[in-house]
Amino acid sequence: MRARLVGMVAALSALAGVVIACGGSKRSQLIASSGQNVAPVAVSNGPTGNYVNGLFASVTVCVPSTSNCQTIPDVLVDTGSTGLRILGTALTISLSPQNASNGNPMAECLPFISGFTWGPVESADVKIAGETATAVPVQVIDESKFPVPTACKNLGVTSLDTLQTLGANGVLGIGLFAQDCGGGCVQTGSSNPGLYYACPAAGCQVTAVPLAQQVQNPVAMFASDNNGIVLQLPAVTAPESGLNGSLVFGIGTQSNNALGGATVYTVDQFGNFTTTYKGTAYSNSFVDSGSNGYFFLSSGATGIPDCSMDTSFYCPASTQKLSATNQGANGGSGSVSFSVANAQSLFANTGASTFNNLGGPGSGGFDWGLPFFFGRNVFVGIEGKTSPGGTGPYWAY
Amino acid sequence: MKGGKCCRFLCLQRRRLVVLSVMALGFTSPVFAALGGDAASVQADQRHFQATLRSVRSNSFQVQELRSPTGVVVREYVSPQGRVFGVAWEGPWMPDMRQLLGSYFEQYQQALQSSSTSQMGRKPLRIDLPGLAVHLAGHPRSYTGQAYLPDTMPTGTTAEDVR
Repeated sequence: MRARLVGMVAALSALAGVVIACGGSKRSQLIASSGQNVAPVAVSNGPTGNYVNGLFASVTVCVPSTSNCQTIPDVLVDTGSTGLRILGTALTISLSPQNASNGNPMAECLPFISGFTWGPVESADVKIAGETATAVPVQVIDESKFPVPTACKNLGVTSLDTLQTLGANGVLGIGLFAQDCGGGCVQTGSSNPGLYYACPAAGCQVTAVPLAQQVQNPVAMFASDNNGIVLQLPAVTAPESGLNGSLVFGIGTQSNNALGGATVYTVDQFGNFTTTYKGTAYSNSFVDSGSNGYFFLSSGATGIPDCSMDTSFYCPASTQKLSATNQGANGGSGSVSFSVANAQSLFANTGASTFNNLGGPGSGGFDWGLPFFFGRNVFVGIEGKTSPGGTGPYWAY
Repeated sequence: MKGGKCCRFLCLQRRRLVVLSVMALGFTSPVFAALGGDAASVQADQRHFQATLRSVRSNSFQVQELRSPTGVVVREYVSPQGRVFGVAWEGPWMPDMRQLLGSYFEQYQQALQSSSTSQMGRKPLRIDLPGLAVHLAGHPRSYTGQAYLPDTMPTGTTAEDVR
């Protein structure tokens, strides 16, 4: 399959550099086994026992500048978001609450597609593998401290504020950006998207928050190996009960995180690149370890039927072998072969957590979820950070 | 996409539809409504989102396009009978769905609360009821979505048109 992929790219591309880059991926995949910058990660059914294609890691948080620490297992590894979020019910230590500029406690409503997380912004030292980031603003997911604001509920997605709804003890957002919100939340008035709140006793109100006080990508705050990550998961050919891999910090900072022959795909201001499928380019496309399948287009556009029991997955009569081409804003380009099997048949594999050909309809573009990572080393370059792939934000694989 | 970042959304529109100003269409005033609403009755969405407005027309429907100061673009699809049969949005943040879905918000919320699958996992959100479809996708800093009323779509219009 790899050989065919390389052949297609070679035929399509006149750029020797691209051919050489893809030739590099012909080498067998290297997965770091241990190291100061290597955290073990695993696909499993998660703490609720029914997660599908969920990638989890352990994260240690400490009260800032103390040795009062707690290791939180089963935190979802999410390259599609930014920031560490931990369920309040999973915490046995008290982190350091942060205040908004008006002196009142600060809280956040962060919308994901599957739901929102609500709770106070607190400061923690964050340790993963041998890496440490000090005084990191994180979100404690907890509806008991402050009531969920109406505007948060009006986003129209459900709360993910319990173990049963989140399916994890937290979310480790280690995506493209340094902060979860960025410049918009620094603004006052109608330009502010309203993620951050100041919460006096009278009730929470939207507030402007400087970049440094927003919930941060903890990797960008590591003392070293802070310019990005490499996620390394082995190939999967059939439903598996689980899968072990490595999350390596830094790009080109140590011998185990060299960019090698990977092609760099820079992204637009929204964190997207373009995927071309059957001649049509979709600009709202992205790579996301936190999505649990390949999600793209609709059954009307693909001809692949939705499952009757759950229209969020595809249920083709036979496994569909498909291909698409990704292109970065920098012109980096490469073809991707992928398969979509009948989700209902896949889920009949009791005890399996890991599926390489799970897919479903999306909206507006391609969501290259966790199956995309199987058998690939995927680099995420963080915005504003320099690495051998250039200045982030970018993906490389 | 590569040609002009500044007109990322509008470029898509221009390929498919003729862009006309509100005045050129002969409207006396900008009009919007939430899903299912009467197009001539409300300007509530524009006020709510503090948005600028463009109107776009195709053969079988009109599109009211709002652009909010936060960068969210909302397109409301109005049938020849003056009924909003679909809304679509994209941008760095989620819109206020209660405002966009109007009287359908509660039905959507109930469907959301009662939709339970045996598999946990993060994926695009899809609610497909007999008379209402709501689809969300994306990630923080880039959200897309569409909602439409299958029973009130103008003849020849498909879900793929509401985008």
